[in-house]
Parts: sequence; structure tokens; C-alpha cells
Amino acid sequence: MKMIAKKPESLTGAKYHYCPGCSHGIIHRLVAEAMDELNIREQTIGICPVGCSVLAYDYFNCDMLEAAHGRAPAIATAIKRLLPDRYLFTYQGDGDLASIGMGEIVHASLRGEKITTIFVNNTLYGMTGGQMAPTTLLGQVTTTSPYGRKVEWEGYPAKMCELLSCNEGAAYICRTAVNSPANIIKTKKAIKKAFQIQGQGLGFTLVEVLSTCPTNWGLSPADSLKWMEEHMIPYYPLGEFKVKGE
Amino acid sequence: MSKEQQVLFAGFGGQGVISMGQFLTHLAMHTGKEVSCALSYGAEMRGGTANCLVTISDEEISSPLTENPMTAIIMNRPSLDRFEDKIKPNGTLVLNSSMVDRLPQRDDVEVLQMPVNLLADQLGTSRVANMVLLGAFVEKQGLMNIDQALEYLDVVFKGKQEAIIAKNKEAFLVGVDYARKEWK
Amino acid sequence: MQRVLMKGNEAIAEGAIRAGCRGFFGYPITPSSEIAEYMARKMPTIGGVFVQAESELAAINMVYGGAATGARVMTASSGPGISLKQEGISFLAEGELPCLIVDICRGGPGLGGIQPSQADYFQATRGGGHGDYYIIVLAPSSAQEMMDLTMLGFELADKHRTPVMLMAEGTLGNLIEPVLVRDEVTEFVDKPWAITGCLGRQPNIVNTLHMPVEQLQTRNQHLTEKYQAIRSQEIRSEEFLTEDADLILVAYGIMARIAKKAVMNARSLGIKTGLIRPITLWPYPYGVVNKIAQTCKAMVSIEISTTGQMIEDIKLATAGKVPIHYIGEIARTPNPEEITQQLLVIAAKEGLI
Repeated sequence: MKMIAKKPESLTGAKYHYCPGCSHGIIHRLVAEAMDELNIREQTIGICPVGCSVLAYDYFNCDMLEAAHGRAPAIATAIKRLLPDRYLFTYQGDGDLASIGMGEIVHASLRGEKITTIFVNNTLYGMTGGQMAPTTLLGQVTTTSPYGRKVEWEGYPAKMCELLSCNEGAAYICRTAVNSPANIIKTKKAIKKAFQIQGQGLGFTLVEVLSTCPTNWGLSPADSLKWMEEHMIPYYPLGEFKVKGE
Repeated sequence: MSKEQQVLFAGFGGQGVISMGQFLTHLAMHTGKEVSCALSYGAEMRGGTANCLVTISDEEISSPLTENPMTAIIMNRPSLDRFEDKIKPNGTLVLNSSMVDRLPQRDDVEVLQMPVNLLADQLGTSRVANMVLLGAFVEKQGLMNIDQALEYLDVVFKGKQEAIIAKNKEAFLVGVDYARKEWK
Repeated sequence: MQRVLMKGNEAIAEGAIRAGCRGFFGYPITPSSEIAEYMARKMPTIGGVFVQAESELAAINMVYGGAATGARVMTASSGPGISLKQEGISFLAEGELPCLIVDICRGGPGLGGIQPSQADYFQATRGGGHGDYYIIVLAPSSAQEMMDLTMLGFELADKHRTPVMLMAEGTLGNLIEPVLVRDEVTEFVDKPWAITGCLGRQPNIVNTLHMPVEQLQTRNQHLTEKYQAIRSQEIRSEEFLTEDADLILVAYGIMARIAKKAVMNARSLGIKTGLIRPITLWPYPYGVVNKIAQTCKAMVSIEISTTGQMIEDIKLATAGKVPIHYIGEIARTPNPEEITQQLLVIAAKEGLI
């Protein structure tokens, strides 16, 4: 029988704890495939966040460190400075990166830290049960915005790619989605490009991946993809926001 | 000299007050004494005043601090206002008369005046005012002989330009000379 | 070897470099900033890393990352900054990552003032952050010890895989004294657990999450045993004229030096006085204090704090055996003569004169 798909070497193969229809599994695999293709698994150190992907250290088959909530970019900064020939990635959710870790991500990008951040945006706090995040859309109902997010109460959703691409230290800023095979392929290309730019030492790199949370959105996996296309992508446009040198 | 003495240096930032304290600390250390120099720091230095307290002792230094030093070297008027009452009875108050427009009110301390800025200006630069005063003070209290002090100054100033070292030594000697004549 | 004059804060920085520290991550705060400034000058010249972090939180998390690589790394701050770092210190303790955290204390609570204080005693010696843990706390009392205990701190951190805190008063950080500069440390322990990229080995994981109940229990049991080992091996203290003393002063850091003179003063006035100086504030020298409580008649805790913090450890150590008195104030360091006056009052009350 012909082998047409196999587990990337950069994944351990441990069974995921994620909910049905959650995008984390796909995104983990894309990161791992990019590491495999670049042959950097043994030079890579990953930092996982507090949030649904807190257990990512069990899934990635490379040296891993679990960070305090929001602090992954600070931790990655120190490791990269001390071990400049290694590849560093942080894997962060929207609460972790855009709320409690806003300071760390902005300053890591301002300093042009040569790290890669995989930013998974599913518009809410998944692990704690669906509370509002900085990325929650206007009108979106969460457990802490039960009347729907209102501008006068909660302000506007955070557009992180747009914000970070202003920083001189940012070398690659891209937003993708994992709603379709074509976009999944684009996401992998973006992640690979981010690692390559990190390897060239050009500066800070980040790929924001729009993802689903069927459990907390209260939708089926299929309807979740539709909701992402109808609501998220129009507010969070896909594409490369910054490529240093281009 | 008594077993332990504490000398307060106080003045504007920029008058070399801290350097003066550090020089004295250096010189005393080279003579084999135990020394410490406590610096005022942070917002305490707001308003541009600076001070440091030098302790010189034959023994291990217990408290490097005091609010009542035996000797105070006062480089400006605000420092006189702040510290005059703090000096221990029978202590010594050394006053930069170029920068202080009133006389001390205490009659239980020895007052030694010196037009420090005037003497420094005669040397062509007010930057060495602190060295003029230090020379006078070292001569007056007899911590070490002056040749020895000049040797140690070479160590303290190691790495600085020859001309700067020479100027500072010259200023130090002007102070020594002043003390011999005026503070007998 | 020639002694050189160094400011306490600079002695810490130079001592750290000589102990092999190659990563400094900090945020400016009076009265500790000279440590960061020294490191900013020196680190680039010796192949080390200096990063001025965007916040105290980022700084301690940089220490977390740096320590995870196996490098000797440190940060320095003062009370308000240490409060902010406590989350990270808790993670460092659970991650068993060796590092040095310097607290050059100032008065609080709140923004407080920048004058000397020992009021960080609780947040230093009680773990400080969330969860079941302790960190080793060293209290120097001279510029020389700022260097020596910094170097010891790195050694103990590696030996026990724990964060170590060096805690000193702002006065000491800004005190210039002669320092005998120590030789460079050249031998270091292996750190096979370090996160360096898994070339030629299985991946390493640094993690502080233990969701299964049994896993967390095992983990905390391990830490508890480690703290017991530290208690049995690392307690350090100094005794001065305690043998025949009726009245025992207990003081640490710069207050211990001042108290020593008060001991001599009180003895010249006929009060048999002695001093215990804890050098490790955690683990606290409970045994020494307890032993001396069996022979003395009263004890006095002297601290730069108004509420009194270390006094609680003296009470724990003496278990009611002798009366405990307190001398303390904030933002200034009492002088030996003032302490002597207060000792006379205490001695009279206790019938010692």
C-alpha cells in the first residue's frame, strides 16, 4: 500500500485533548510539517501558552517550555539571545497574546526579536469556558459579553496583524485561516516563510491563524467554518501585512 | 586622629562633592584604614544637592551611617542650612566661603573657612575646586603625609590624562598650602 | 590581593559576572538600577546578554527563559518590582530553574519611598508568590558580602535547582567599601534538563502544569523534600558574644553591623548583650535562635520596618521561652547610640540592670 500521509517527525503522536472541530490539531500539524521540511526540529525550541494549547509541550517533538499566561515572547526573547542559532516559536491564543500578553508581544516585535509567533485567533477564551477576548467580534455573545459585545461597553476587537505590522522590528506579519484546503496550504506556507525569515535573522515574525471553537461558539464543526467565513474573515482580512524587503 | 571618624561632604551636584568623598575614601584605604562611603541616592538628590558620608576607622566599621558627623565639609548655602545643627559638639565645620553667604551660628564647633572657588579659579578651572578643599582637609587632619597622598592620587586617577592628573595634584597642593597658612 | 572600592550594587554585578552569569534581564528602579547599568556596560564585552525588559513581568520571564537554557542568569529590582515579579518567581520555583533575583529594598507599602527598608522580609521568605514553595534568601551586610553572597547564590541555585534571592537595603546598594575581588568561577554543574534544542537526545520539557491530582501531589512532595534538604544543609548565621549574654539582639543585613556596636556599647554599660545575625533569611536559623533562647533572658528583633517581620521567625524559633522585644522604624537606619538607649529601657524592664 502506498503511504500518502504520515505523522510529521516534529509531532510526538500523543493523542490530542482538543474538542471535535477545533483547529488547534491542524495548526499543530502545519507547524510540525514546516519544521520537518526545513529540517530544524532538533534546533527548535517551542514555548506554549496558557489556554487550550497549554499542553502543546506533549504534542511537539522538540524541546518545549510552558509559559506563564501571556509571557511567551519574553521567555523566547531570552532563549534566543542566549542561543542565537536556535529556532524559537511561541504558540499563543488570543487571550494570551492580545490581552494579558499585549505588552510582551508588542515589545518583542519592537525589539525585532528573531522569533516566530503562531497566533491562534478563535475570538474567545476557550479553555476557561468561552469568555470574551480582545478579539471577540462586535455583537458576539460570550459568557462575559452575554448581551453581545458592544462598542460602548467593551470597545473594539483587536486587529493584531495591523497593529504589529507598524513596528519596524517586525519582519513578517501574515494572517491566514484554516477554513479550507486552499487556506490550510497557505497557512503552512506562511509558517514556513516565517521560520525562514527568522533563520535569516531579519526580525520578528508572526502568523495569525483564524481558527474555530465549535464548543464555545455553540455550533457544529461545519457551521463553525461557515461562521468564520461570514463573520471573522470580513473583519480580520487575510494576507501578508508585512514582508521585510518586499 | 581618633579611632573612628565620620566626615560628611555636602553641596550642589556638579561641585564634585561625591568625588571628594570617594577620593578621601581611596586615600584612607591606601593608608590601611577601614573605610566606607555612603552615598545619597535617587530622589534624595532632587534639587541638585548631593552628599556622602565617609567613615574612616582603625577597626571593622559598624555603622557606615550617622546623622551627626564629627566633621562636615559644606560646599554651599543649602547644605549649611541643612547640616549645621547636625554636627557633633566639638566637631569641625569646613566651609566653602565662596558659595556660602552667611556665617555659621554654632559656637561649639571649630569653623574652618576657605574661598574654594576663588582658589580654583586662580588655577584656571573651577572643576578642581573639590581637590583644593580635599588637599586642605587632608593636611589639616593629618591622615597621611602629603607626599604619600600625591602617590595615592596617581593610583586613584589611573587611566586619566596626564594633564588632568597634574592639574588635580596642583589643586591639591594649593589646598595643602592654604591650610598650612590659614588653618594653623 | 588588592582591595578595590566598589559600590554595593556594583559588587553584586561584578560578583555575578565572576560567578559566570551571562544573562541579565531587568527594569530600572531606584535603588537597584546601578546593577542594570553595570551589566549594560559589561555584558556586551564578555559575550553575555543584557536586555532591558519592558516590564518587571517581562524581566522575570526572561530570567525564566534564560535559566531554562542552563545559563546562569539574573535580574535585580526593588520592593515594588519584586511584587510584580512574584508570579514569575513562583513559576521558577515550580520549574526548578536556578537563577538569582536581587532585591535592593526600599520602603513600602505602595510606592513607599526609596530610603532603606527591610520590609520585604515577608515577600522574600514566604515564597512570595502563589503556591507551596520557598526560595533561598541571602542577606549580605557589606559590599564584600554583596559580591560573596551573589557568587554563593548562583552556586546554591544550581546545587538545589532553585531561584535564590539576594536581599539588601538600599543603603548597602549605595555604600562604597573596599572589596577583595574574587576569582572567576570556572567549574559549573551539568544541566541535562536544559532546553537547548534536542540535537542528539530526546526532547526536554520545562513545565509547571500538573493537572492530574497525583502528579501535582508527587511534584509538591518532591519540592517539600528539596526544601527539607536545603534546611539541613544551607542555614548560615553568625553569633557575636552570645555565650554569656542575657540580652540577645537579632538583626540581619546592615542592621547587624549597627547592632554589633550597640552590643559593645551595652556591654560597657554592664548589660551582657550578644547578637545573632541570620545570613540565610530562608532557611532561617531557627536552631541557633532556639539554642540561645535556652540560656539568655530576653531577645530583641531590630529591623528597618515598623510592623516587625523577622520578629515572627524569632517567636517561632523560641516558642515562648523568652520575652521578645522589638526595635524598628522605616526609611532610616537607627544608629548604635539610639539602639543602646532603647536596650537600656528593655534591660531595665527585664530586670537585667
